[in-house]
Amino acid sequence: MSAALLEGSELRKSFGVTPALDGASMDVAAGEVVAVMGPSGSGKSTLLHCLAGIVRPDSGRLTFAGRDLLAMSDRERSALRRTEFGFVFQFGQLVPELTCAENVALPLRLEGVRRKEAERRAAEWLSRVDVADLASKRPGEVSGGQGQRVAVARALVTGPRVVFADEPTGALDSMNGELVMTLFTQAARQTGAAVVLVTHEARVAAYADREVIVRDGRSRDMRAVA
Amino acid sequence: MAIGQTLLGLLESRPQHGYDLKRAYDEQFGRDRPLHYGQVYATLSRLLKNGLVEVEGVEPGEGPERKRYAITEAGVADVEQWLGKPEEASSYLQSTLYAKVVLALLTSRDAGEILDVQRTEHLRVMRELTRRKADGDLVDQLICDHALFHLEADLRWLELTAARLGQLGERVGGRA
Repeated sequence: MSAALLEGSELRKSFGVTPALDGASMDVAAGEVVAVMGPSGSGKSTLLHCLAGIVRPDSGRLTFAGRDLLAMSDRERSALRRTEFGFVFQFGQLVPELTCAENVALPLRLEGVRRKEAERRAAEWLSRVDVADLASKRPGEVSGGQGQRVAVARALVTGPRVVFADEPTGALDSMNGELVMTLFTQAARQTGAAVVLVTHEARVAAYADREVIVRDGRSRDMRAVA
Repeated sequence: MAIGQTLLGLLESRPQHGYDLKRAYDEQFGRDRPLHYGQVYATLSRLLKNGLVEVEGVEPGEGPERKRYAITEAGVADVEQWLGKPEEASSYLQSTLYAKVVLALLTSRDAGEILDVQRTEHLRVMRELTRRKADGDLVDQLICDHALFHLEADLRWLELTAARLGQLGERVGGRA
């Protein structure tokens, strides 16, 4: 087994009196795709948010490339999310006022990449996920499946080391879901990015290398089973 | 798989030798389980006897003579009837896995572990099929999708059962 790039151990998080995570642990190595599965409300999205540094756990340990994420300031963690992490959500969450190309270029522009260079890289990524022809369209003018492909391009354009995907095909039909997962996992594997993939669909999880199950806020690493 | 009707259907598209028929069958339907020549010739012999196919011509060649088979009108009617009749929708009411879970509960074993082991095996096969789909042609993709949807249905049942082990344990008198 490769060394973990991102590792969370014994993570606990409560929202008010409700415990969402009750000592969950998981790790992911560079280039690995790990599915996080479990019933609705089991805590799998909270686990993803903790691993991605979006939500701060109440206790536990969290390291990325040997660095202690919980010891970082909010500013350092935000910078890390922008430069090292990419995100794909269930509903794309593209900026409706921007074109698809501008959406993909946005994370680069926020990083200070010059407009021409950002546009060039955005165009290249739109081609890689087979939606080059949508560059000048706005998100409202494209289908759900096309929008998710744009979201995949946006997540990968900065060359992140970890991509977090929360139910990336949850709003798509089987055919489009499959297309998005094929393009997404192929592109991630080509770039060597690690992927944390939250899904309740087994057919989506089957694109991953292995799975972690979350139940009642606790995790089970399925490498330990069988 | 109803081999007789399937071979008949292939013959309806065009007359063929037994050898070509086997190849056509394997290519379309038998990638995981190709037919033996013996099965093909035994089936053709039965179809011939029942008047569903006829020998259209015999070509001498190296080795045994090659007979070319063609479907008869009765054969076409048989295929027509078979295609129009719905397949039995299996209800899987006698699941071995269900029996294992109940027995585990009755004997105070860890039923949740049995479900997790099964789940791991299902996902292992689903990963294999997903990889095969990525490398395969349309026929491979359709065959794999059929298997993947069935395995996914099993997994849903596994999830639901895992969530209901407490109730089931009370019902069968064991522990969850």
